[in-house]
Amino acid sequence: MANVITDATIDYVGILAKLELSEEEKEQAKKDMANMLDYIDMLNELDTDGVEPMSHVFPVHNVFREDVVVNGDTRDKILKNAPEKKDGSFMVPKTVD
Amino acid sequence: MSLFNMTAVELGKKIKAGEISVAQACQAALEQIKATEKELNCYVKVLDENQIMERAAKVQAQIDAGELTGPLAGVPVAIKDNMCTEGITTTCSSKILYNFNPTFSSEAVLNLERAGAVILGKTNMDEFAMGSTTETSYFGETKNPWNTEHVPGGSSGGSAAAVAAGECFYALGSDTGGSIRQPASFCGIVGMKPTYGTVSRYGLIAYGSSLDQIGPMTKDVTDCAAVLETIASYDSKDSTSFRREDYDFTSALVDDVKGLKIGIPKDYFGDGLDPEVRDAVLKAVKVLEEKGAIVEEFNLTMVPYAIPAYYVIASAEASSNLSRFDGVKYGYRSEDFNGLHNMYKKTRSEGFGAEVKRRIMLGSFVLSSGYYDAYYLKALRTKALIKQEFDQAFQKYDIIIGPAAPTTAPKLGASLSDPLKMYLGDIYTISVNLAGLPGISVPCGRDKQGLPIGIQMLADCFHEKTLIRAAYSYEQARGAFDVCPAQKGVD
Amino acid sequence: MAKNYETVIGLEVHVELATKTKIFCSCSTEFGGAPNTHTCPVCTGMPGSLPVLNKQVVEYAMAVGLATNCTITQNCKFDRKNYFYPDNPQNYQISQLYLPICRNGHVDIEVDGKEKAVRIHEIHMEEDAGKLIHDPVTDCSLVDFNRSGVPLIEIVSEPDMRSAEEVIAYLEKLRLIIQYLGASDCKLQEGSMRADVNLSVREYGSKEFGTRTEMKNLNSFKAIARAIEGETERQIDLLEEGKKVIQETRRWDDEEEYSYPMRSKEDAQDYRYFPDPDLVPVVISDEWLEDVRSRQPELRDDKMLRYEEEFGLPEYDIEILTGTKHLADLFEATNEIVKKPKEVSNWLMGETMRLVKEQDMDIDEISFSPKHLAALIQMIDKGEINRKVGKQVFEEVFKNDIEPAAYVEEHGLKSMNDEGALRATIEEIVAANPKSVEDYHAGKKKAIGFLVGQTMRATKGKADPGMVNQILKEILG
Repeated sequence: MANVITDATIDYVGILAKLELSEEEKEQAKKDMANMLDYIDMLNELDTDGVEPMSHVFPVHNVFREDVVVNGDTRDKILKNAPEKKDGSFMVPKTVD
Repeated sequence: MSLFNMTAVELGKKIKAGEISVAQACQAALEQIKATEKELNCYVKVLDENQIMERAAKVQAQIDAGELTGPLAGVPVAIKDNMCTEGITTTCSSKILYNFNPTFSSEAVLNLERAGAVILGKTNMDEFAMGSTTETSYFGETKNPWNTEHVPGGSSGGSAAAVAAGECFYALGSDTGGSIRQPASFCGIVGMKPTYGTVSRYGLIAYGSSLDQIGPMTKDVTDCAAVLETIASYDSKDSTSFRREDYDFTSALVDDVKGLKIGIPKDYFGDGLDPEVRDAVLKAVKVLEEKGAIVEEFNLTMVPYAIPAYYVIASAEASSNLSRFDGVKYGYRSEDFNGLHNMYKKTRSEGFGAEVKRRIMLGSFVLSSGYYDAYYLKALRTKALIKQEFDQAFQKYDIIIGPAAPTTAPKLGASLSDPLKMYLGDIYTISVNLAGLPGISVPCGRDKQGLPIGIQMLADCFHEKTLIRAAYSYEQARGAFDVCPAQKGVD
Repeated sequence: MAKNYETVIGLEVHVELATKTKIFCSCSTEFGGAPNTHTCPVCTGMPGSLPVLNKQVVEYAMAVGLATNCTITQNCKFDRKNYFYPDNPQNYQISQLYLPICRNGHVDIEVDGKEKAVRIHEIHMEEDAGKLIHDPVTDCSLVDFNRSGVPLIEIVSEPDMRSAEEVIAYLEKLRLIIQYLGASDCKLQEGSMRADVNLSVREYGSKEFGTRTEMKNLNSFKAIARAIEGETERQIDLLEEGKKVIQETRRWDDEEEYSYPMRSKEDAQDYRYFPDPDLVPVVISDEWLEDVRSRQPELRDDKMLRYEEEFGLPEYDIEILTGTKHLADLFEATNEIVKKPKEVSNWLMGETMRLVKEQDMDIDEISFSPKHLAALIQMIDKGEINRKVGKQVFEEVFKNDIEPAAYVEEHGLKSMNDEGALRATIEEIVAANPKSVEDYHAGKKKAIGFLVGQTMRATKGKADPGMVNQILKEILG
């Protein structure tokens, strides 16, 4: 069963990922994704009923920090790489709300 | 032996004994860089000579004062460009981070610096570690020092090539699906991915968070163990860092494999494996058998499922990890945009290369509404089965052996047109990351074209010492490996 | 309106926890501070940074869950909620979707004498976003990440509420509980408590739910009430016109008393939740749960009982004093010093509440120190100042938290306690007002009031009225 990826899907994924593709890129993307998904469909051959999805390989849990202030004012460092900044803040095109 | 051909540990000894100065060591590396870097393009950035010499002087002073006594003190190193280095641009070989100057260093780098390492520069890689050839770098491809018409492998191709060409004495790479082991095999050097959680990921710019590990790329197994011992540590800044019981990996440099149980997965030696690679690997296995190891074939049936599971999981995590690159806080921002969301789209579309975009889109898709169960959860269940299978295998065997890659290094330009085919090349390395196992690639031969072949050894989680012992024993029996052509003609 | 409609409301309440540090890094959560001065690589999404969970956040979340009758999810984890917005440095928010820390609780409220349980669907931990400020000069937005990473719990109710009154009662109850736990100061105006209202309408008797909208930007209880009224009307109007209610998020504008749709096409609202690979699960053992349960501070109901038993205060007093943690704390701290519960209670319920109303304040904004009220009470007790002067001084304590003794000294307000001097003054007054003396002896008892008044004037209000009365009666006979 071949996956068919439509323009609508690529557009949708583009919104999710904030990516804008040219017409050619879109065509290629549709093919690539369809191929990948066909390949990934191979996983359906596996019977995974009753198998818990495993996020972490080791059963480590409860890694915590104590509630103690350690960090100070490092604003200059934090803003060092900002493409645009003003008044100690990062500057971006205006947001709607 | 000339300074130039020394391993890191050998050099470290000489420096400690006062026979060679740190400055001399750095000069040697810089000379080689001058000779070959233009053609090979191993580095994204070589540090300014003055900067290097300044650091060399500091380290020398500390060594002389008896403050630095470790095996790597004064030895020059190259760092893959996805590890943050304070004050040194860190780009992940991407346009979107072309000018990013981190305000802190990775824990692994800090560990090296505390041990007296001198950083020569940041090495080239596949953009954001996504690739197997280092051809997706924004800063141009790196060439394989054994044959410059071929790729060095990826994504740690720059690091592998730099070590092979003598442009550094050792390097750090990162491995998410084989990105240390495969380029190590293509470039005829040793590369190791430790057990997940052994080396802190703090400061490693994330690709697939549940899979990424930093590891050594070195001239031999002794260096590999020494580097691992230096960079491995428990880090409270990384919630996935594992507090291991012992870190003295160099104690495993023992030439003894008597009774070592080696498993050879039949599924690793089927179709698609280059016959020369197969022969070289099996020959190496024979060497170990002759030294007293017990070799047995077995079934590792989950092998084919590792690749689709990996690509679902890695691309899903990557799609989220790379969301932060948006032109707001650092890096590239598009010049020409209309409004906020357009800025995001233009910045990311212009800043990311094709392979990165491909994986971000795939990752976003498999996590999206309606597909999460079918793809992502399914992949996580597959991962559980893969881990189970390895757990069972390691009840019987101490080491599992296979090739590091199905072929030797392909030609430049041959791989990118068929991404799926390229992904299939990861077949031997990928399940190791899914299961969190340690794995090492050691050079074991060369093909008819003279391109290196690597043998990959895997051990159970937290069993690096078994791995090191097996690799070291093999290396001792193998003897010296050929010298890379890029190194000839210097000295 | 032909049909009879019922409003169905559910609430999503975000509460900023009172931890010292953020949820995933050791930056201060202190309010205020110049932009980006409480930040680090983790809470600003720098490449290579990693989160580490603040244990106190888990304990506060557990405490709130226990106090709202929830089941604690003893194996919970964090998930990433992916969406792009500049106040979100990683463009994903670390939250909990699949295994939230608390589930299936309820809060009891009372409206118009009727009791009701509002069910809580779940409570989960998550991180707050930064702040965006519009810069008119450049027509751009400025991003401040001080608030990014501040720990939140989100309390999601079932759609059990049917009126603005019920919503307010629920919010007040939640606030009371959380304040009592010390988990947050829950100030709506400051944003440490935020409520999003999910509202739909349906015909009475209908079992189906109507399409609901979500309303944001509700900054006071009054605004919430207005928003509920406004949105109910809007939805009913739509349905009456045969139109459909669109499921969307709307921003309430309290000045215009109208709501506007918020989300644009740029946001697919597909958050692609998946477990955060940088964080490990939180496993809450029975022991830990019991430990948190045992450390639960006194909640309101217990406090009310204790005030009755220990202090013997009337029910009315107790209701008001325990109505907010802040007032209860003030009461207890002041009483600790003076040990006169009824006296302290009177001052808090009387003068304090009067001034609160007069200044149109929130009880939480009361800022004077208990030790100053205590000092004031003691001064009156010792007769150093009279009650009237006391009220005057108290207003200063309330507004400026002055130290009473110093203030009284500075303004020369000490009571005239020198009986000899007072007697002399009174004798003068009596001599100067023969008519009043005559009236008094003629049976007009009120005439003494005039003489008292004159005496108070002559002493500039510093005499103790009780003493003046006493001396006058002695002199007049």
